Amino acid sequence: MPDLLTHIDAIREDFPILSKTINKYPLVYFDNAASTQKPKVVIDTLSEYYKNSYSNIHRGVHHLSQIGTDLYEASRKKIQSFIGAKHAHEVVFTSGTTEAINLVAQSFCKKYVQKGDHIIITELEHHSNIVPWQMAAEHYGAIIKVVPIKPDGSLHLDVFKSLLTNKVKIVALNHISNTLGVVNPIKEIIDLSHQKNIPVLIDGAQAVAHGSVDVQDLDADFYCFSAHKLFGPTGVGVLYGKEKYLNAIPPYKGGGDMIKTVKFEQTTYNDLPFKFEAGTPNIAGVIAFKSAIEYVENIGFAFIQKQEDLLLNYATTALENIEGLTIYGTAKQKASVISFTVKGIHPYDLGTLLDQQGFALRTGKHCTEPLLDALGVDSTLRASFSFYNTIDEIDRFVTALNKCITILA
Amino acid sequence: MNFTAAIQEEIISEFELFDDWMDKYSYIIDLGKEFGGMLDREKKDHLLVKGCQSKVWLKSDFNAGIMNFKADSDAMITKGIVALLLKVLNQKAPREILDADLFFIEKIGLKAHLSMNRSNGLMAMIQRIKSDAEKHL
Ligand SMILES: Cc1ncc(COP(=O)(O)O)c(C=O)c1O
Repeated sequence: MPDLLTHIDAIREDFPILSKTINKYPLVYFDNAASTQKPKVVIDTLSEYYKNSYSNIHRGVHHLSQIGTDLYEASRKKIQSFIGAKHAHEVVFTSGTTEAINLVAQSFCKKYVQKGDHIIITELEHHSNIVPWQMAAEHYGAIIKVVPIKPDGSLHLDVFKSLLTNKVKIVALNHISNTLGVVNPIKEIIDLSHQKNIPVLIDGAQAVAHGSVDVQDLDADFYCFSAHKLFGPTGVGVLYGKEKYLNAIPPYKGGGDMIKTVKFEQTTYNDLPFKFEAGTPNIAGVIAFKSAIEYVENIGFAFIQKQEDLLLNYATTALENIEGLTIYGTAKQKASVISFTVKGIHPYDLGTLLDQQGFALRTGKHCTEPLLDALGVDSTLRASFSFYNTIDEIDRFVTALNKCITILA
Repeated sequence: MNFTAAIQEEIISEFELFDDWMDKYSYIIDLGKEFGGMLDREKKDHLLVKGCQSKVWLKSDFNAGIMNFKADSDAMITKGIVALLLKVLNQKAPREILDADLFFIEKIGLKAHLSMNRSNGLMAMIQRIKSDAEKHL
């Protein structure tokens, strides 16, 4: 496919970091599930904004403040259309997925959760979709119920159905597992939950970079994601919430911008989305996030999915040929993430030697300790691909991996 | 030059033979493979060194004025690093262990080369060796 190859070469030139060398080896960046690299347009937007338009927003009548406010709100509109939200004010900016989940866990539970109520999560969750619920559950006396996984990493839907009792106040799960790459049947889970009038929060941190998401089509009640996993800056995230829920739940941070009037006797809160955006936000980050989304839209999810599927299938086959190598997460629906171990070798040793040769992978528990416990493994290596990765990089990776295995065996 | 310094100089000149870090790691891995380690039943949880991403067990006893260390790890590079540390610090008097300036780590560039986690692990191992020695001053 010469066309595809030239296209990838051109795409790689958009990402300055991809031409770096590490320890004299060309960087091979396979840690995209942790964070994606930034295209030049995003870097340029950040520096342009600081150079030419910077000031605080929503507060001043002056020229620069107006420009900043307009750019910031244009970003919100962009995200609204990117995820198919009905209203722009259903898009709340946070510092990341983690803050978005914490916001819902605190505010939703304050409004709706009482002693003895249930909150459903799954064994596949990232710590940031476990701990905030534990904290809220502890505070309100709720009980956390966990949907287990099957050996291939997919969810036990039968168990999920049996847990969906009238005690359940909310269901929270990820769209795609960061550790296994398994894609969850969230539409089905949302439908089942809604049949019992139970709202669902989707942790979409891993999903938004791999395919288009339509929150109205999914009928998700809350959908959370981070800009940095979608080629945008760090320190920016989104909480999408249905208007009715965002209006109903209380703010979770107090401060400037989130109020209408402040009196010592009583303060009235601002309208959506500002009610949830106390304090000066990551203005430049939010503005540059728009550039990242435009960049992705320009490349197109059709191309992204084709390229990522190609990489995933190619790498899976190549890795399966290595003796003693086990891949975790073999469910049919998978994003371009491969978690694996090699018999008798500590993932940490492999990760260290691969790093020496320029390969950036993640080793450890990937912030999913309960999942690794369920899989009965202490730690894994994880390779996660993005559309800018190539077959040639996978070939070099497999060669390097074999070399490391020989050294360590 | 005291004894621990002499061993460290020896390690430094061994590492000077390699100019590539892959070769240095191969050497560390070989040290790990040759290192005696511990029997599985000796690897008790209370001997684990906290702060390492891989598991490290470190056991000491004190006999006739000398500290004796046994160690093991489930990761080979870590085991090699423990082996290096014990080359310098094993079977020494507590005072000598506590006073040892481990300049070889800087010199061979080990610390700069370890990931944050592993570098913390290395520090944790040194701390454990020293605190075990301190109990027998
Ligand atoms: C599935 C999942 N949820 C939540 C998070 C947390 O995202 P952030 O650290 O950007 O808040 C991550 C990122 O590591 C993730 O992969």
